Amino acid sequence: MKAPPFKYHAPRALAEALDMTAGLDNARALAGGQSLMPLLNLRMAAPDHLIDLGNIAELRGVFEDGARFHIGAMTTQRDIEKSAPIAGLCPLLAQAIHHVGHQQTRNRGTIGGSLCHSDPGAELPVAAMALDAELVVAGPRGERAVAFRDFPSGYLSVSLEPGELLTRVSFPKAGPREGSAFLEFNLRPADFAVVSVAARVALDEAGHIAHASIAVGGVQAAPIRLLEAENALRGHAPSREAFEAAARAAAEIDCDGDDVHPADFRSELCGVLTRRALTQAATRAAGSRHV
Amino acid sequence: MSDPREIALVVNDVRHARVVESRVNLADFLRHELGLFGTHVGCEHGVCGACTVLVDGASVRSCLMLAVQAGGKNVETIEGVAAADGASHPVQAALAKHHGLQCGYCTPGVVMTLIELGRENIGKPLGEAEIRHALSGNLCRCTGYQGIVDAGLDVFGAPADKGSET
Repeated sequence: MKAPPFKYHAPRALAEALDMTAGLDNARALAGGQSLMPLLNLRMAAPDHLIDLGNIAELRGVFEDGARFHIGAMTTQRDIEKSAPIAGLCPLLAQAIHHVGHQQTRNRGTIGGSLCHSDPGAELPVAAMALDAELVVAGPRGERAVAFRDFPSGYLSVSLEPGELLTRVSFPKAGPREGSAFLEFNLRPADFAVVSVAARVALDEAGHIAHASIAVGGVQAAPIRLLEAENALRGHAPSREAFEAAARAAAEIDCDGDDVHPADFRSELCGVLTRRALTQAATRAAGSRHV
Repeated sequence: MSDPREIALVVNDVRHARVVESRVNLADFLRHELGLFGTHVGCEHGVCGACTVLVDGASVRSCLMLAVQAGGKNVETIEGVAAADGASHPVQAALAKHHGLQCGYCTPGVVMTLIELGRENIGKPLGEAEIRHALSGNLCRCTGYQGIVDAGLDVFGAPADKGSET
């Protein structure tokens, strides 16, 4: 079908976009359009105003700042994929982006759009959850910081107040002796994930696990962090037994299911992918020359 | 016309200026305003890849981009890929040679995807896995893909992979 009528706006500055977001009734922000445009074409969304953020230069780009780096919300997935600094600073994000859509959609799709659309099968929210991403949200009362773990608020919903826009996302740089892996199961490469797992493992100088983080996507409305399993890994040598224990915790997630991929099948995937992702991440951490 | 917008853009090296309704997507603009019917519209929600065109050199699904967003951009479509004398683009010729098309509906999108892949890897021979990965966003219901992959290998593969008659 064809998109319903709307009034199109193309602000060139964030301040202008925020004024429009706050001032126009029934307005939607258009990021890369790879989720909103299908919703418009299918007439599942019918905004009166479409505010295209694509011409706002200040919302694009990658920059470093101490132990973290920042990505503008309108930076395309393709730019992230091609970014040599990100591949070096945050391998997990680079690993995740490899699974996001197709090149034709990554060329336009943005990191901010993906995090705000919050599709349960999307990969970037899972990576953001595993990486303790921090968001900057701008609105009528200025900027506020939001931890990504507090951002999803329900199915396809995030905690943006009326008049607010996500402006940038920050991630920690990978530390020394840290490895990561992003694994997913789907029926065809580049589809949305049935289940995806992002894992990070950092080793101490003795080779024991100093820190682990595990996020699982595709199972509920928002990605899930396995905090108890992460804590249980701390101080242990990386081993099949240790990772099996984490896998059992992952398999206990109360998964949403559907006719094609029922809940118990997804639970099985949670366990298998968690064990594999932790194993790969630990192997990479042990082989890391990053000091 | 609701919410008319003036746009100027370059399509296949020709400059066009038009007034478009803001809700019109780039695929429909190319077809109905410019008469470039080579860009096919399959699913209209970004799944099939038939409407793939290049915008400033990058492949996009033209059903997921508004025509108004293409203002000031350089668009390439299937109509622009053949040589000035009408000779097929090497990707087109290889698809014909390897039976990489049957009904032809998906072919314009396949060609544009492969052209982008080739431009991004000039001088670097590509393997089957890279070609299949690039083609993951183009659905073909006729060929089973093998002929398309063979065509890609013929044009972009290492010498050992080229020219296999199938």
